Amino acid sequence: MAIDLERAWTLHDQVALRPEPFGALAYHFGTRRLSFLKSRKLLDVVRCLGEHASGRAACAAAGVSEGELPAYARALETLAVSGMIRERAK
Amino acid sequence: MSAVAAPAGRLVDHFETGLDAPICLTWELTYACNLACVHCLSSSGRRDPRELSTGECKAVIDELQRMQVFYVNVGGGEPTVRRDFWELVDYATAHDVGVKFSTNGSRITPQIAHRLAVSDYVDVQISLDGATAQVNDIVRGPGSYATAMRAMERLAEAGLAGFKLSVVVTRHNVSQLDAFKAIADRYGAQLRLTRLRPSGRGADVWDELHPTAAQQRALYDWLLARGEDVLTGDSFFHLAAYGDPLPGLNLCGAGRVVCLIDPVGDVYACPFAIHDAFLAGNVRDEGGFRRVWRESELFLDLRRPQTGGACASCGFYDSCRGGCMAAKFFTGLPLDGPDPECALGHGEPLLSARDPSGAPRSSVDHSRRPPPQRSCDEDPLADYWRVVDGEH
Repeated sequence: MAIDLERAWTLHDQVALRPEPFGALAYHFGTRRLSFLKSRKLLDVVRCLGEHASGRAACAAAGVSEGELPAYARALETLAVSGMIRERAK
Repeated sequence: MSAVAAPAGRLVDHFETGLDAPICLTWELTYACNLACVHCLSSSGRRDPRELSTGECKAVIDELQRMQVFYVNVGGGEPTVRRDFWELVDYATAHDVGVKFSTNGSRITPQIAHRLAVSDYVDVQISLDGATAQVNDIVRGPGSYATAMRAMERLAEAGLAGFKLSVVVTRHNVSQLDAFKAIADRYGAQLRLTRLRPSGRGADVWDELHPTAAQQRALYDWLLARGEDVLTGDSFFHLAAYGDPLPGLNLCGAGRVVCLIDPVGDVYACPFAIHDAFLAGNVRDEGGFRRVWRESELFLDLRRPQTGGACASCGFYDSCRGGCMAAKFFTGLPLDGPDPECALGHGEPLLSARDPSGAPRSSVDHSRRPPPQRSCDEDPLADYWRVVDGEH
């Protein structure tokens, strides 16, 4: 699956985030899976997903540059596949 | 576990220097147990009179919530024999601390099974060490196979999908891996295989029960072929030296990402290391668990860069990191040398050369003694056995 950054996304409500020096740990209480967010900026993106009209807007708000966007899109895609983030209605 | 790629250094380096709080921790709620498994890593049997009270347990949960520990692996002993077990489970989940508990299944009534099926925040792990009663009951005691199978049947009937079937791999059950998988599949459970450690009473049987080198290789191949379908709790990271790593972090997390709280509140580096040498502090100490985790000398020491010792020159050191600290310690091998079950066979000459009677023993032993002879002696389990099956 390729993530659609034009759509609106949000953190799954059963997911807890714990900031760490390297980024953050994300734990899904429903699937009992643990994921590692490997940068603080990615944590910022994930945290603000629900407040923005699109994934792209959330990335921009967290300070992700155009050049960094492909890497962040891949990271968000991984999180979407494991159910950590989900699409929401705009 | 999965790592989400984005710019950063190697994740494993961050873990080796420790986290502000454990990712998860093992919490043994009681040393009391109705079974007497020959390999019990906590030498359980009798309750310890100093065990944490309900209030003290709740205070620990409050602290884990503040530290954002996502979940605890609850064990024992048999944790469900504590009268306040369900009260503590409910308290934890209401405070954002998920619970996965290990049980021999003796108290999984249909009502309990139903209750577990409707909770997202509680996971259950049924212990079974043989795919047949014959193989299981030698290790876990007469009737324990039937008990575990009945519990799994009840969980499946209640509609709980994805609970865990937990197996300690031994010389006698390693040929039953496919049969274990079939049992797990039959009940909609997920199979979890873990390593036999020479910890607790496990020290007495390890020489006879640990898989042979050939069995260990077959186990690795079997696990590698199953991928994430079979859980291992990162138990076999020492086998990464065979080639590809198994799924997981592949590092010893002791004092860095995991630890153990024992029934009396003692904090050890890992569940397999109940010994004074790995005792970091007690949750009853000033500053509580948080201070033990963040400031204890032992944990700070474990988070310093490891040199690799005798293993440093081995080309596979980056894969296995020297293996399991507890396995080395309790077999009497040096901590800075190879794992006794080193995939390359470097542990074997050391094992044959050592004097097994010189291996360190834990002073913590709650194994049941023969029944009391005097009428004034009370069975330490007496209180617990008043809890009636199905009461909850």
